[in-house]
Amino acid sequence: MNRFPAIAIASGKGGTGKTTVAVHLAAALLFQKRTVQYLDCDVEEPNGHLFLKPLIDSVEPAGIPVPVVDAARCTSCGKCAQVCEFNAIALLKKPLTFPELCHGCGACALVCPVGAIREEPRAIGVVESGQAGATTIVQGRLTIGEPMSPPLIRAVKARRDPRAIALFDAPPGTACPFATTVRGADFVLLVAEPTPFGLHDLVLAIETLRPLGVPLGVVVNRADEDRRVQDFCAANGVPVLAELPDDRRVAETYARGELLFDRLPEWRGHFENLWARIEELL
Amino acid sequence: MKVAITSSAQTLADPIDMHFGRAKVFILADTETGRAVAHDNAQNLHAAQGAGIQSAETVARLGAETVITGSVGPKAYRALQEAGIKIALVEAVCPGTEALRRFKNDELPVLDKPNSEGHWV
Repeated sequence: MNRFPAIAIASGKGGTGKTTVAVHLAAALLFQKRTVQYLDCDVEEPNGHLFLKPLIDSVEPAGIPVPVVDAARCTSCGKCAQVCEFNAIALLKKPLTFPELCHGCGACALVCPVGAIREEPRAIGVVESGQAGATTIVQGRLTIGEPMSPPLIRAVKARRDPRAIALFDAPPGTACPFATTVRGADFVLLVAEPTPFGLHDLVLAIETLRPLGVPLGVVVNRADEDRRVQDFCAANGVPVLAELPDDRRVAETYARGELLFDRLPEWRGHFENLWARIEELL
Repeated sequence: MKVAITSSAQTLADPIDMHFGRAKVFILADTETGRAVAHDNAQNLHAAQGAGIQSAETVARLGAETVITGSVGPKAYRALQEAGIKIALVEAVCPGTEALRRFKNDELPVLDKPNSEGHWV
């Protein structure tokens, strides 16, 4: 078995406890003297650092390549505009580019028959990294107002250390930012809450993951008498790896930006058991 | 002169579509001959992004010199400017014939900046 797997912690629905699970998994692994790298891929709102409290010692800009047209060489053939899936380049009298719509795929430059298109980076955010004790933290921070996060998420994941267990803290939702985060993970841990919305979005996340073929398991957070998530998982062959009890003290500790294990030592066991279950399925 | 009218359906008797980028139909009308031809815009209507840019490309390809519509966003405006296409503004929904008559009488104001927010950024 790979001693240094990448585990994505995702959910579909927001606010189910992705970051809670991810930071405590990191803390539990640290107790076991495992090397952990925490990659916060929720680049619109990275918050793992609030609990892990790293000293950020590196900030690097991240961007996407956008086309710049050399008007002197351009023959206005329009191939660049035709190939663009995102309507980021249009042929009027000359090609007109809309960098804010560009996904940086590079197709326009590839199809240009006269080499009139070169690519220049457009900054969309930064990748910050640093240490919190033995744990390495990497996080993306998307520029406010910037609509496109996947290129920044890829830049965060490109810093993955192959000699550490990687934890990808995923953004909420099940669209491109989610898919970009979970791609390449060895296991996806889906954190679900036992509510109608929780189950609804868990189902969406599972449907998105199935074609990617990544092994997955579910953590039920704030578990109570509502068994809808567990019942769904049992009926669909999805393993439930942990049920974290609903406990007001957990919310209080979280709200102070503290890790649980000092005040609630029994919670360390929950996360050590969770890790053991993940390792069984890897 | 050829003008493109954003329309909710296939003929000039139909109400105009107040949106430019996601207009249902463009009716290309020749102000001299009175000839009018409808061009479906369904493809851009359902575009995830950049509908206005594509619509500007469409009306430019059709040879329109002026667009008659109700609202134009910032990217569509930039694209129409680049193509040298003027924008004549209709304030409220009316049949295409009415918009065209007012345009010919110089009653429609010319838009000199975008009058709608972008939908993406």
